[in-house]
Amino acid sequence: MSTVAALIVAIFSIVGARKLAMRPTGLQNFIEWVMDFTKYIITSNMAWDKGGRFIALAYTLLFYIFVANMLGIPFELATETEHYALWNSPTSDPVLTLTMAAFVIILTHIYGFKLRGAKEYFADYFRPSPILFPFKIIEEFSNFLTLGLRLFGNIFAKELVTMLIISLTGLGTVGILLAWIPLAPWLAFGIFIGALQAFIFAMLSMVYMAHKVESH
Amino acid sequence: MDMMEFIADIQWGNALYQLLIFSLLIWVVSRWALKPLLGVMKKREQQVNDNLDNAEKSRAEAEQYLEQQREELKKAREDTQAMIDNANKMSEQQAKEILDNAKAEGERLKEAAAADINREKEQALESVRDQVASLSVAIATKVIEKELDEGEQEKLIDSYLKEVGNE
Repeated sequence: MSTVAALIVAIFSIVGARKLAMRPTGLQNFIEWVMDFTKYIITSNMAWDKGGRFIALAYTLLFYIFVANMLGIPFELATETEHYALWNSPTSDPVLTLTMAAFVIILTHIYGFKLRGAKEYFADYFRPSPILFPFKIIEEFSNFLTLGLRLFGNIFAKELVTMLIISLTGLGTVGILLAWIPLAPWLAFGIFIGALQAFIFAMLSMVYMAHKVESH
Repeated sequence: MDMMEFIADIQWGNALYQLLIFSLLIWVVSRWALKPLLGVMKKREQQVNDNLDNAEKSRAEAEQYLEQQREELKKAREDTQAMIDNANKMSEQQAKEILDNAKAEGERLKEAAAADINREKEQALESVRDQVASLSVAIATKVIEKELDEGEQEKLIDSYLKEVGNE
């Protein structure tokens, strides 16, 4: 599933950037809009001369998680016996979201170390007071966990409720006729949640990155 | 023991695969899409900036031209006004001159006429005087010729006087 999401993102981006024109049309417009949005996410957290290098990361995070979240919307299929989705969002898998979160958090450490040097990097753990050192360590882990689990929890809950609504069809003809009434608004809400979570994930990644990269 | 089981339960293969896919995706997207796109966006920004600058410059130039034009128009208007004033003054002066001339001419004509009249009068008086003189001489001659009595003399003078009146 994640492969499909990655392919979709790659194809959209590459096709959008294939015929670059000074006056953009169609897909190029869309890709540029996503880029501008990414720029906005980065610049609202750190200066552009430092944040500019993360545009690829932020763009891919935003776009990839959005596509991954959307994948679960149209093709949700439940088997009758297990109530398990055959085709779901890849982001409803905690392994995937936590992997991404770990990836981002580790990158923040790497860049923090690289851009500010060892001394500043380690000194940050004892600022503003050495007493905070254990909390700083905990913070790193909690950042990792909350970043990954927030995305997972939202998407997983959305899929779970979707499956519950779909299982109403088990009630017979009436259920089949009436199941769409809660299902339609729920899926619309699912789209909203998916977009929002993609934005939040990218935003928080950049917030954590800014913490590590910028001197306070 | 539980911890070890939990760690072993994690689908490490999945995680690794996800990591690989995501890293690859970042690389691909950055290499094939974002770099050229950023280039174009920067170029466009540059162009827009240039165009704005140019527009600003053109505007300033146009304003300058306008100011210049306005100045010139003002100057032309002033020139025209001056010319009109000049012409007015000149015409006034000319009119006055003509009038003065005419007056002087009239005066001169009047004087000339008066002089003429005087001269004519003089001449007339002169001729009258001449005739009176010749008449007197003639009368005297007649008187001497005839040596008549008083009555006849009187008659004679009357007739001569009548002659003078008829003349």
